[in-house]
Amino acid sequence: MHRGKGMKFVGDSRVKANNRMVNMPKDYSEYPGKTEAFWPDFLLKEWMVGAVFLIGYLLLTVAHPSPLEGPADPTNASYIPLPDWYFLFLYQLLKYAYASGPYNVVGAIVMPGLAIGALMLIPFLDKGPERRPSKRPLPTAFMLLALAAMIFLTWESVVNHDWEAAAKQGEIKEQVDIEIDETAEGYLIFTGEQGKSCIACHGADMQGGAAAPALVGNELTAEEVADVIHNGRGAMPAGQFAGTEEELQVLAEFIASLKAEE
Amino acid sequence: MLNKIYDWVDERLDITPIWRDIADHEVPEHVNPAHHFSAFVYCFGGLTFFITVIQILSGMFLTMYYVPDVENAWKSVYYLQNEVAFGEIVRGMHHWGASLVIVMMFLHTLRVFFTGSYKKPRELNWIVGVLIFCVMLGLGFTGYLLPWDMKALFATKVGIEIAASVPFIGELIKVLLAGDATIIGAQTLTRFFAIHVFFLPAALFALLAAHFIMIRRQGISGPL
Repeated sequence: MHRGKGMKFVGDSRVKANNRMVNMPKDYSEYPGKTEAFWPDFLLKEWMVGAVFLIGYLLLTVAHPSPLEGPADPTNASYIPLPDWYFLFLYQLLKYAYASGPYNVVGAIVMPGLAIGALMLIPFLDKGPERRPSKRPLPTAFMLLALAAMIFLTWESVVNHDWEAAAKQGEIKEQVDIEIDETAEGYLIFTGEQGKSCIACHGADMQGGAAAPALVGNELTAEEVADVIHNGRGAMPAGQFAGTEEELQVLAEFIASLKAEE
Repeated sequence: MLNKIYDWVDERLDITPIWRDIADHEVPEHVNPAHHFSAFVYCFGGLTFFITVIQILSGMFLTMYYVPDVENAWKSVYYLQNEVAFGEIVRGMHHWGASLVIVMMFLHTLRVFFTGSYKKPRELNWIVGVLIFCVMLGLGFTGYLLPWDMKALFATKVGIEIAASVPFIGELIKVLLAGDATIIGAQTLTRFFAIHVFFLPAALFALLAAHFIMIRRQGISGPL
């Protein structure tokens, strides 16, 4: 290395002057085989691969809008959770008898921990000079086994999930914005002693909740509403209304009048 | 003109060696798909980086609209998705990119594994790669909560319960992630936002830098 007297620098810096390397790749004859300069030849090819990939990526994006479910509601106790697809195999593992409940630590910590640990330390477990997969049967076999297990668990998780129920439970519910006439006779019955069990599920604002649909914006006639109150429907039991038959008629007509504006 | 600018900067900063380190090297025959088509398996690492760059860019644009707060998080995502010009495309790219980056990184890992490229002298680079894998999974997990919709909340509840089942330190991890021993709520959302947008990307950049410096120093592994 050149030091001391006679050295020239750029200004008062430590950057050497008159000592610059020529920006030219080494001669190809210095390399064996059919090598190629990274810049610009090979990079151009990489860009072409990237462009083709980007087209597929954008097609996926425009063909399938990213999903968004309804806003998070911590009070909903019936929601069946599902992680993103690449965690499904771990999620499925926790459903087996000896990887869940009292053995939860096996499925949640020990097995994934061993897998990640082995993956991380593989250079020190497989130290031989052989690189071909066929010449190192143990690492190859373990990796193929792990792959098969992940594919199997993901598959099991997908076929055992009720996708229709999952799509339904996550739906964005339209908030219907209707002025409720709070002096109407029907509303007084709804919020009164007779309608106690109505409010319990449908809420005082009639917007529904986790256990019942909204009453505002329904598409029923007064007769149909009265029938539902009498006989129940879906999760709603029959005979919940505590008032008289006349009050029930008034209430049914009031609820039927709460239509969404066209 | 460009050459003059380059020379002007080079005279002052001597950037040619930096340039040579980054771009001026030979690509060997066995990784070049132009010579052996099967060498396309060597593309997965580059594609992973490509998607990572897209994730960073689309994520930067998403934060222009996203509000990390329980009241407004879902509303801001809904607005971004349905009202903002191209919001659906930007969010779509971030959403699908998050899956694609996992796929590409997994394929890259398998390529390195089955070509035995983790062997001496590249052990350290393999370990850094596995750490990048873990950071990416962490980014996927924390990003899943941010839209604050039903599946986000309940998947995170499950995830945090799993973290809490770690012996001895489980409860600590849970409180660190969720911000509270019992509630998954406002604190959890802001913490996941901070982890997703600041902590993990910072770790990712450091690890990627180490990954690339080591590749340039050691070169790509030789033919089988």
